[in-house]
Amino acid sequence: MEKAGGSSPEEQVTGILRRHGTDPSLLLPILQEVQKRFHRVPPRLEDAIAAHLSLPRSHVEGVVDFYHFLSHERRGEYDILLSNCIIDRFHGQQAIQQRLARELDTPPGRVRGDGRVSIGETSCTGLCDQGPAALVNGRAVPALDEHRVTQMVSLVESGVPLERWPEAMFRVDDNVCQPGPLLKSGLTPGEALNAALGGGPENLLQQLEQSGLRGRGGAGFPTGMKWRLCREAAGEHYLICNADEGEPGTFKDRELLRLHAHALFEGMTLGAWITGAEKGFLYLRGEYRFLREALERILDERRDCGLLGESICGVNGFRFDITIRMGAGAYICGEESALLESLEGNRPRPRNRPPYPITSGFRGKPTLVNNVETFVAAAFVALYGSSWLTSIGTDASPGSKLISISGDCARPGIYEFPFGTSVEEILEACGADSPMGVQVGGPSGSYITPQEFHRRLAFEDLSTGGSFMVFGRERDLLEIVENFTAFFAHESCGFCTPCRVGTAMQNRLLKRIRNGEETGAEALELLRQLRETMIGASHCGLGKSASNPVFDMLEKEPRVLSARATSRGRVR
Amino acid sequence: MNDQAFTIDDHPVPFRRGESIMEAALLAGIYIPHLCFHPLLEPHGSCRLCTVEVNGKPLPACTTPAAAGLEVTNDTEALNQQRRTLLQLLFAEGNHCCPSCEKSGHCELQAMGYWLKMLDSPFPYLFPRRALDASHPAVLLDRDRCIFCERCVRASRELDGKEVFALAGRGLNTRLIVNSPSGRLGDSDLEASDHAARICPTGALLVRGEGFRTPIGKRPFDGKSLSETCLQRAAALLKEGKESER
Ligand SMILES: Cc1cc2nc3c(=O)[nH]c(=O)nc-3n(C[C@H](O)[C@H](O)[C@H](O)COP(=O)(O)O)c2cc1C
Ligand code: SF4
Ligand code: SF4
Ligand code: SF4
Ligand code: FES
Repeated sequence: MEKAGGSSPEEQVTGILRRHGTDPSLLLPILQEVQKRFHRVPPRLEDAIAAHLSLPRSHVEGVVDFYHFLSHERRGEYDILLSNCIIDRFHGQQAIQQRLARELDTPPGRVRGDGRVSIGETSCTGLCDQGPAALVNGRAVPALDEHRVTQMVSLVESGVPLERWPEAMFRVDDNVCQPGPLLKSGLTPGEALNAALGGGPENLLQQLEQSGLRGRGGAGFPTGMKWRLCREAAGEHYLICNADEGEPGTFKDRELLRLHAHALFEGMTLGAWITGAEKGFLYLRGEYRFLREALERILDERRDCGLLGESICGVNGFRFDITIRMGAGAYICGEESALLESLEGNRPRPRNRPPYPITSGFRGKPTLVNNVETFVAAAFVALYGSSWLTSIGTDASPGSKLISISGDCARPGIYEFPFGTSVEEILEACGADSPMGVQVGGPSGSYITPQEFHRRLAFEDLSTGGSFMVFGRERDLLEIVENFTAFFAHESCGFCTPCRVGTAMQNRLLKRIRNGEETGAEALELLRQLRETMIGASHCGLGKSASNPVFDMLEKEPRVLSARATSRGRVR
Repeated sequence: MNDQAFTIDDHPVPFRRGESIMEAALLAGIYIPHLCFHPLLEPHGSCRLCTVEVNGKPLPACTTPAAAGLEVTNDTEALNQQRRTLLQLLFAEGNHCCPSCEKSGHCELQAMGYWLKMLDSPFPYLFPRRALDASHPAVLLDRDRCIFCERCVRASRELDGKEVFALAGRGLNTRLIVNSPSGRLGDSDLEASDHAARICPTGALLVRGEGFRTPIGKRPFDGKSLSETCLQRAAALLKEGKESER
């Protein structure tokens, strides 16, 4: 079964290994290729991979076992993973999944007897504006409806290779509903670089500082300060763009990567100029593989016109290039130090900090890590000056923010709002009619009830990496919260006790409450105890925020729980 | 030179550059609960039992460097309650039956239960199914009792110069694996005399034939509190470590 082209699996792996070389940090790309070829990473080939990279065998096994898109067990020739994001759920994911399972005669979580197909679930694929969505052998198939399911079933049954499936099945819409200064700005390749080179590095740093630009990945660290601190750190430097975009309901980087790739790479190149980094990575989440080819093309274009490579813009010694590296289904890789571990070929568990990446990042060297949107905004600040940002927004949050809106509204998609815009105004813009509430910032963010719709989008009020989920009045809050707790339990890296066990316990308790197996009072007490411990003792942001949805529900809509408890009573 | 100090629960604690809060505390005779920390190993920070408040901020004592003037809070009811919760989670996560466990009385997890006065776990027990590995003639690996502290992983790498253990999986599916072609302990290069075979805080790794050498009742934690025993052991090892560094 594992034979292709006549050569043995061992020979094929030797080919893959030879092409990649012996740098152990290339373990993940090697494993991804092996997985693609064999629909798994065959355990007996792990020895060869380990030996080739001079790694312990157990290291390879531990890495394979971590990522959702890698497996020791064989998956189907067609491996179908449906996004179980709450928005996809509400758009009928479960019914679609059941139908696929029935028509393909493949129970979810299993591989069909003949090895042809397997069906499973995966965390949010970043297509909630056009869901329900699935990944077929890693390729995104949005907008699943009955027609598309029928089509998929017949393509699978007749064994049509994925490359020959109708292109329309993979078409992802832009869905830009409301562009603002960032989405409307454009640059001709090299324009921002040339503008900055003229003024010198100190001038660019000052522009960035004066602009008040803050990181768009969630934490909001001042970008100018980060670039300056990283520049001042001694030694060889690296630069990374974080395009892991894993927070459920976030898909704004998806569009920036399509519509503003030049501005992004220009921002990264500016970062390289400031810090002296000669090597950069774009860490792209595995779910966005469909973006890769176009991005590689744009990188080539930039190499061709001297905007990457040696002597960039004709400046002697200005040397920089960018490599795209793919994630493999792990939300934790969005956390910057876990991302670094992933790039180095290790199990992606967040590092102890300090030191921070600006002084000790990739391979222990100073590393500049920024979000996609941050690099794009930095490029425009370089081109238009700090006032491009300060002319709108609030004092503490200058500029605008890209928001990806999904859920129960007339026009889900990408919106750009000045900081300071209220939830009310956003709901109006996307056509949401008196919803039950909105989840701002994804499961790690906050649940906002109508009483709080006056609150504003800003670092000083409602902070979000870009996720904005609208829930209509017919939705079951308990189902939402249970879904969020399942997400965290699935994505916890497992390193530290409070999060590894706490996220699983939370999810278990929520399930029991939903099933009426647990009364309010006792479960509430345990959930509170868990929250305190998870916030107080977790190693990284995932564990510290994983109890937010539960707590929001308890505090803001306590009736949801008590109604469930009294209506069902306790069944043991 | 002990030229600088910080405080733990208002007691002044001297320290040397490069020491963690945990090391400085243990050398000063102050016990901070810990499971994944071991004086001979690089600090790790995964069990979180050692979480203290440093100038009001919760941080693990084992990975946080000591610094002059820090105000550390350690022995408070709130922090001990949090530790009790962590311990309850560890007990609910694995399969622990102390009365029939060879490690009873030697076990740091069990002793921590007594020390924190943990009586039961209000959390649902998860009863995981984990593989037992009895393939090694001299060492038994009972994964039911593993708490993923990676003491064995680090000891094998750092002290034995081998690479016998590693973690695999993620989240609740995290599991301890063995570095051998078959994945079995018997096919690895682990020896009973290795630090890795003897450093487990629980009964997950047991050296065979020694289990009942010390009768129940006379074991290190029988009658003596965890803090007392740990302080003695850790202080001795830390001092030894410092001597050998010179
Ligand atoms: C669990 C977790 C997940 C994260 N995911 C992302 C992500 O998908 N994209 C991102 O840019 N930042 C993410 N971050 C934040 C990064 O750690 C980091 O702060 C950010 O990339 C820095 O870039 P910025 O300063 O431009 O925002 C995440 C953080 C945590 C704790
Ligand atoms: S908080 Fe969760 S994700 Fe973060 S290190 Fe701990 S287990 Fe891993
Ligand atoms: S390992 Fe320790 S806590 Fe677990 S059963 Fe044995 S003695 Fe009890
Ligand atoms: S076997 Fe023991 S030392 Fe190793 S990780 Fe498990 S509990 Fe820790
Ligand atoms: S002893 Fe510090 S985290 Fe385990």
